[in-house]
Amino acid sequence: MKSLPELLSEQPVFAGLSESDLVFLAGCCGLHHVPHGDVVFREGGPADRAFVVRSGRVVLELHEPGRGSFSVGTVEPGEVLGWSWLHAPYRWRTDALAVGDSSLFAFDAACLRQKLEADPRLGYAVVLRMAELATERLHATRVQLIDLYGPRSGDREDRR
Amino acid sequence: MSGYDALWTPVLHRITRWRRDLDDTVTFGLAPVEGAEALAPPRPGQFHMLWVYGIGEVPISVSGIDRDGTPVVHTVRAVGRVTEALCRLQPGDTVGVRGPFGSAWPEARPGEDLLVVAGGLGLAPLRPVVHAAIEAPERFGSLTVVIGARSPSALLFEEEIRSWSHEGVDVRVTVDYADAGWRGSIGVVTRLLRDAVRDPARTVALVCGPEVMMRASARELTSIGLPGASILLSLERNMECAVGLCGHCQLGAKFVCVDGPVLSWERIEPLLGIREV
Ligand SMILES: Cc1cc2nc3c(=O)[nH]c(=O)nc-3n(C[C@H](O)[C@H](O)[C@H](O)COP(=O)(O)OP(=O)(O)OC[C@H]3O[C@@H](n4cnc5c(N)ncnc54)[C@H](O)[C@@H]3O)c2cc1C
Ligand code: FES
Repeated sequence: MKSLPELLSEQPVFAGLSESDLVFLAGCCGLHHVPHGDVVFREGGPADRAFVVRSGRVVLELHEPGRGSFSVGTVEPGEVLGWSWLHAPYRWRTDALAVGDSSLFAFDAACLRQKLEADPRLGYAVVLRMAELATERLHATRVQLIDLYGPRSGDREDRR
Repeated sequence: MSGYDALWTPVLHRITRWRRDLDDTVTFGLAPVEGAEALAPPRPGQFHMLWVYGIGEVPISVSGIDRDGTPVVHTVRAVGRVTEALCRLQPGDTVGVRGPFGSAWPEARPGEDLLVVAGGLGLAPLRPVVHAAIEAPERFGSLTVVIGARSPSALLFEEEIRSWSHEGVDVRVTVDYADAGWRGSIGVVTRLLRDAVRDPARTVALVCGPEVMMRASARELTSIGLPGASILLSLERNMECAVGLCGHCQLGAKFVCVDGPVLSWERIEPLLGIREV
């Protein structure tokens, strides 16, 4: 069976980190299993953990009273789930629910932040990687928004 | 009819089978009318010029070859004059057909993993590749099909895709929008690619869809480690002659109708930034 640092080394977010860095970070990490449909976190709740999806899938939802929940995207294996643990006020901005039985790497956020602050070289490398991934996600969201597979511009119908 | 004539003179074909896939998309089979000479069999990735009498002619990819007794199958989305007319045709109606034209998807080699990446209607030209791969699994390593669609209800060939999964194909679907209850992925296809590639050095990726989606996919596949020569895209440009004479489909020094539509990322990456004039 693979050790936690070995499993972490396979995640794109930690690509390129040394073995000792991974062992250092694994000290804050545990595996968290979430059955299908269970809530991982709720909008407004404390962002006290940082997640990376190991298997399964997590859907992000926004709730509008009277209209129900809107799925805004899924987080797939290897991807970071939520960024709110990284900066104040440490509150989640969406709901997150498991789609299918899912397994997550769950880091204690305070422990992780403290380690990244204590080792600025590692802190910079991880935060830079987070920024890269967040930029990729932002770009992907923009592409999603242009409704590529829909009618050409000037002739758009309601999306739903 | 000589090979030369087949390129210029439409051969009359009759619609043999017809199915509505989506509100704006139909799939039909074509067979030459009685007495007409059959065109050369197309290869997956190639296209025909379909001509509706009195309205016009458009390039349409082959979406099935020699299935259920029909020599060639096309899937058309109604976006304008000619495609709307094609979508209105019914079994028994006739269409003029020229071709087949253009380059084909490369055949997979034993041991090579095949990754098919399709966005929206882009699944149509890739469908014959999936059929061929399912029929001859010994010809390649594994087959993964990653599909992007606007929403679950806009998924092309939905039932057939389900049957591919039962045939052992690793099918992954992602949509741009979904209601609660959808158990698949939501987001762009590029986000599913990293997990879909086992060994970048032994993977060949065939990509078809809107150009923004193809460029993003090719860049992601490159960052995963696939060489540009192993990433094949199918390009769309306005066409008229389809034989490299009129210049309508020119892209840099290439004519998409004869050099393409299937071209490697290695060859076309520098050209894709060029805006149409
Ligand atoms: C090699 C090749 C293979 C193709 N394969 C297929 C296929 O398998 N099935 C299929 O349905 N189409 C396919 N197309 C696209 C098809 O040829 C065009 O949709 C068609 O030429 C449009 O002609 P029209 O007279 O219907 O529309 P036009 O009257 O010319 O255009 C009407 C409107 O449709 C828009 N439009 C034009 N082309 C497209 C397009 N490709 N997608 C969305 N909107 C468009 C125009 O911008 C315009 O706003 C292919 C094109 C190429 C070059
Ligand atoms: S369509 Fe005429 S040159 Fe390509």
